[in-house]
Formats: sequence, structure tokens, C-alpha cells
Amino acid sequence: MRALLIRDIRLAMRAGGGFGLGLAFFLMVAVLVPLGVGPESALLSRIAPGILWVGALLACLLSLDRMFALDFEDGSLDLMAVSPLPLEGVAAMKALAHWLVTGLPLVVISPVLGLLLSLSPAGYVWLVASLALGSPALSLIGAFGAALTVGLKRGGLILSLIVLPMYVPTLVFGAEAVRRGAAGTDALVPLLFLAAISLGCAAILPFACGAAIRANLK
Amino acid sequence: MSIWEYANPKKFMQTSAWALPWVSGLSVMLLVVGLVWGFFFTPDDYKQGATVKIIYLHVPSAMMAISAWFMMLAGSLIWLIRRHHVSALSAKAAAPVGLTFTVIGLVTGAIWGQPMWGTWWAWDPRLTSFLILGLFYLGYIALWAAVEDADTAADLTSVLCIVGSVFAFLSRYAVLFWNQGLHQGASVSVVQGSDQVSNVYGAPLLVCVTGFVLLFVTLVLLRTRTEIRARRIKALIARERAAA
Repeated sequence: MRALLIRDIRLAMRAGGGFGLGLAFFLMVAVLVPLGVGPESALLSRIAPGILWVGALLACLLSLDRMFALDFEDGSLDLMAVSPLPLEGVAAMKALAHWLVTGLPLVVISPVLGLLLSLSPAGYVWLVASLALGSPALSLIGAFGAALTVGLKRGGLILSLIVLPMYVPTLVFGAEAVRRGAAGTDALVPLLFLAAISLGCAAILPFACGAAIRANLK
Repeated sequence: MSIWEYANPKKFMQTSAWALPWVSGLSVMLLVVGLVWGFFFTPDDYKQGATVKIIYLHVPSAMMAISAWFMMLAGSLIWLIRRHHVSALSAKAAAPVGLTFTVIGLVTGAIWGQPMWGTWWAWDPRLTSFLILGLFYLGYIALWAAVEDADTAADLTSVLCIVGSVFAFLSRYAVLFWNQGLHQGASVSVVQGSDQVSNVYGAPLLVCVTGFVLLFVTLVLLRTRTEIRARRIKALIARERAAA
């Protein structure tokens, strides 16, 4: 398991892995939105929680289709399927690697982007906390979508069609936590919901992923 | 005599061929009676005027849009557990029907909402979760269409349907958390028995709902039969090609 994790992280970090693409996309969103809606900081700080969460969500989505596709094409996935490690474990490790390479950097960079969108000072802690708690769910749900569409020729579009509706609860609770935090009201409840979604996804989705990959490899 | 006998495509085709005229006839009859009764022989509401009558399309289609997903969920579970092709195909057949009902529900709601709430669309929890349900239908249908191998497609869509159900359910309560709504509560309460809708409107509504249920059954039977026939044609072509 650890070998697989390290392999995936290395593949993603080195040239051609697309590391940083998601980050760059996240940055672009944060730059483009003020250009689109105008520079008034009152308006920006009102919509900042939502924009940051939607941006993080889309940035996560960008790199999903590579999660299993490359290994499926060159046959590594077949080897993993016959290896002693169950496919559920493979899926969990792939999701973890995706989170470490895509989700975690988003969490780290998010305060800077919050600054760009003039998020109110009270919101930063909640922004980082909500992204840290919520982004694992994004990676796990994404892994499920990627597992479903791994055998398809043009899987990317269908992948987003499948994954985005499933991101709704995470987005709602995540953005709500930041909004409440920024407004100074109690943000703990949505944050706890967010944590519950991430934990539930971690508990259930690797099995669904495993089933999907098995169906695709048949 | 067990229900699993109908998992045999031949038996299913026989029974459904016999049942289809009856179910469709009854459905048309009930819909005509319910809609005519509802549209022309009920009084106008004292506040809403004639717009209240859209309830006869809106409520049944909304109910069926949700029920269709549950039917797909049952079909998917049966496919994953017992590998009956008819059940997977019926789930496939139900999806576009469910999507259509979802769209009807949303459109009739918008038509009613424009004069009543003064807006075509509001980000109300019920409306939003319905829109999200429509997106789940879209993803499900797209996945069926995209996967080439039929059994793989059935496997994948079944898993998607089960996981999607969990997330659709979650979304339903997440949006409740996110915004308090304009939409009234449930129109027809099964548990309490007492309707929130006045009896004048309630009786034709019941007829319409029954008509819609039968309409759904008709469409799903019809589409499942089509799917089975398409599958047979494919098998025949494959056999001929193998022989040649």
C-alpha cells in the first residue's frame, strides 16, 4: 500500500504528471472572478466563500480523469487487480495520493486566494479548516467517478456529469461553514457535517470504487 | 409461483404483452377522467384562481420522478445481487421516464410559480433538490449510453445508482440546511391520512396520481420490452456473424 502511494505521488509530482495544474486553475478562478464581477471589496467578500469552494471543487475535478486512466491503459491496473492488495485498498490509496497532490496544496494556498477575494479576517481559519476537512471527500467521490468512467474513450465529460452532482453536499456545507465563519456566527455545525461526509466517504466509497474497477476490468 | 419467474425474459415478454394494453388503457382512462375533472369541474381557488389546477400535472409528475429513482434503485440492487437482466434493463428503461417527469415537475412548477411567487425560479430547497435529482438522472443516462459492453454498463450504472441515491438523499437535506424555502410542505400526506389539499381538489388529484403511476408502469414496460428486443437483435447479429 505504501509503495503504491509513494509511486502515485511520484508520478504526479514529476514532469508530465500535471502537478500544480489544479493549483494554477484555482488561482485563475480567484483572479477571473473579480475581473468578471468588478472590484468592489464588499461584494467580493460576500461571495468569496462560495467562489473559493467552487474553485477548489473544479480544481479537484481537473485531475480526476488521470487517476485510473493511465494505469488502465498501460495495464498496471490489471497487475494491481491480481496483486495481494485488494482493489478497495488500491482505490483508497489512489484517492489519498490525489488528495495529497491536489487537495492539500489547495488547502495551503487558499488563505492567499482568500486575500485576493477580500475574505473577511474571521473567515480564514474556517476556510482552511473547511477545505482541510472537505477536500478528502472531493478526492474520494472523484475516485469513484474516475473508477466508473475508466474504460471510456471520452470519459472526461461524463466523469464531471457524474461527479459534480455528488459534490453538492460537500459544497453546501463547506461554503456555509466559511460564510458563517466570516460572518462571525457559529460555523461548527456545517464543519461537523463536512467532517461526517468525508469520514462516510472514506468508509464506503473505496468499496464502490473497487466494484466499479472490477466491472471495468472484466 | 414466485416473482423471480418474471426474471426470465421470455416469461416477462409474455406477461407484459398481456398486461400492456390493460395498463395503458387504464392509465389513459384515469388520466382523461382525472384531468378533465380537475381542469373543468373543480372551482377556482379563492386566492390562486385557475392556476391551482396545474397541481394535477405538477404533483403526480413530481411524485413519479422520485418514485422512478427508487424503482431504478430496486432494479439495480436486484441486478447486482441476482444478475437478472430484465431488472437491469428495466432500471435503464425507467431513467429517461424519470428524467421526463422531473422536467415536467420543474416546468409546471415554474409556470405556476411565475404568477404565484412572482418568479420562475427560486433557489428553494425543494426546487433545488429536484434540479439536482435531474442532474443525477442525466449522469446515470449518460453512463448507460457511454459504456459499450452491456453487462459492464449494467454493473457500473447499478453501482452509480446506489451511491447516487445516498448522495441525492444527502443533497436533499444539505439544501434544506442551506436555504429556507418558498415551497409549501408536502401536498399529500400518506402517514397522517389528512390531506393538505381541500377535498374538492383532492379526489381528482388522487385519480391523476393513479393515472400517472400506471402511465409510468406502461412506459417502463414498453421501454423494457424494447430493450429486450434490441438485446435479442444484437445477439442474433452476433450469432450470424459468428456463423459466417
